[in-house]
Amino acid sequence: MRWGGLTLLVLLAVSVMAAPLLAPNAPEQRFGDLLYAPPTPVHLWNDGITAPFIYPLRLVSRIERRFEEDRQHPAPLVWFSNGRLVSGGEAPLLLLGADSYGRDMLARVLYGGRISLTLALVSAGCAVLAGALLGGIAGYAGGWLDGVISRSTEFLLVLPAMYVVLMLRAVLPLALSGGTVFALLTAIFATLGWPIVARGTRAIVIGERQREYVEAARAVGVSPARLLLRHLLPAASGYLATQLTLLLPAFILAEATLSYIGFGFPPETATWGTMLKDAANVLLVADVPWLLAPAVAIFLSVLAVNLLVQATGRPPVQLEG
Amino acid sequence: MVRFLARRLFFCAVLVVMTASSALLLTRVAPGDLTLSLGPFATAREIAAERSRFALDRPIAVQWGEWAGSAMRFDFGESSLYRVPVGPLVFQAAAHTAVLAIGALLVATVAGVGLGIVTGSQRGALPGLIRMASIGAISLPSLLTSLVLLFIAARTGWFPTGGISSVDASNHWTDLAGHLPLPILALALPVAATFERLQSAALAEQLHQPFVMAAAARGVSKRRLVLRHAWPVSVKAITAVYGLAAGSLLSGSFAVEIVTAWPGLGRLTYDALYARDIYLVAGCVAVGAAVLSAGMLLGDVLLALSDPRVPDVR
Repeated sequence: MRWGGLTLLVLLAVSVMAAPLLAPNAPEQRFGDLLYAPPTPVHLWNDGITAPFIYPLRLVSRIERRFEEDRQHPAPLVWFSNGRLVSGGEAPLLLLGADSYGRDMLARVLYGGRISLTLALVSAGCAVLAGALLGGIAGYAGGWLDGVISRSTEFLLVLPAMYVVLMLRAVLPLALSGGTVFALLTAIFATLGWPIVARGTRAIVIGERQREYVEAARAVGVSPARLLLRHLLPAASGYLATQLTLLLPAFILAEATLSYIGFGFPPETATWGTMLKDAANVLLVADVPWLLAPAVAIFLSVLAVNLLVQATGRPPVQLEG
Repeated sequence: MVRFLARRLFFCAVLVVMTASSALLLTRVAPGDLTLSLGPFATAREIAAERSRFALDRPIAVQWGEWAGSAMRFDFGESSLYRVPVGPLVFQAAAHTAVLAIGALLVATVAGVGLGIVTGSQRGALPGLIRMASIGAISLPSLLTSLVLLFIAARTGWFPTGGISSVDASNHWTDLAGHLPLPILALALPVAATFERLQSAALAEQLHQPFVMAAAARGVSKRRLVLRHAWPVSVKAITAVYGLAAGSLLSGSFAVEIVTAWPGLGRLTYDALYARDIYLVAGCVAVGAAVLSAGMLLGDVLLALSDPRVPDVR
């Protein structure tokens, strides 16, 4: 199970990193006659052609979103051209269909994953870093410093997380550029994520502080900062790695929720959250189920983390929203 | 126990006051205010009247003081968006959210504990299948579950696609009952799966304990062994996370309410924030914090009750 989770996670990471290679079309490219076009079926044989090919889709009725294959003009797939693994050549290849602007869903899921996954990873990294440092200081120093840090972790942990994220985001200007939103969400997520890490790190450091190797290090005159960074925190590295993994799904989801309600990335930026917003229209989704593709992507990444964590013997508690 | 309760209740009260006050202050300093909803053609006089009506022309400290003073008397100000007192508005929304959350908690507990007993005590194809489904469901957070369930509802017509009531309903209560299953299921599914995993692991662990072995040696039947001997000890794995589940349900219900158009606290907060409806924001956050801390307190009490070895809570 552990290998399954790891494989899935690596597969996801590699495919979003290789998005320019894997995506058959540019994520912003609009095909005006292919709004909500269904996934293009790839055909393998026909008289004369043996290589995989597609039939171009022709719009029959714009209002009913009806398309038909143009059987007269088969378009063979083009491999390894323009820096893409495969593309449609004369006809657009839409393996996961098209969205409301006629953009390639597959390309957008791949490019969107870059932002969604990077944001989750960077935020989780910041949260773990801050949590490890503050928790380590609290556990090592004790006294009033420990009091201040412990009280703030307790306070932050009992706040309704989703509401705080919403609140912090909503009091800032609503229309911001993609880069600003990225920095802002990282800061907000890290602010809410560090207390859990700090609490665990503090407990580990308090346990380690009594050990002989720490006594020995102190006896030879190692400075407190060095003692903390080189001796005590490495003892917590396994715990920190698990926490990093556990924070990922929470942050992927938080981005999706925020972007879904319009408090996240600007709508033209492809992220899994902004794409899900298209799926908000129930009656539309019933006819155009491929709009749920980003939901599948989110599901797969959360599943990968759960399989990975499950194997380390911890119950997959996803209770902290 | 009494001292513990008193201290926790005091802590809850401080938390509620602090979060509501910060919400008020944050909304006040946020760019844009509630006069935005008057539109671009409002005259300076109208804007000034509106600002003075909601005390936006006074210094922040004065505004907070007046709000806090009247909040002591359970007057939480007036909503600029809906033009009614905040109290009843928030209460109604919180009741809607509570229906969802309590329903989901019940479903999750029954399903999670029941299935967890099966997977924790048996081997074979069916428990294996349940285990797989459970890991899948844990990876489907409420935002996704509600979208998927809505999709199914729209495709099959089994459930109404969102909202809390239909326009053409003849009986209010049957109509409400029809609208309930979808959001409750969306909220309950990931929590149920988590409960199933926890219960399963805890039960499997208890079944290897010496006291269970001893009972088995006395010839106690397998069924009785699991249900009467091992399970009561293992159930605290569930009660231990009940407090956390309260937070998870509150956050999860936000997503569910937005997706399925359920008029609860999450939607109200969202609308209030969007309109910069300052007192409504504070009211929503106060109730959210109160509900959450009540849930956590209840979880701790439950834990103390389910494990007699914890004689007094801290």
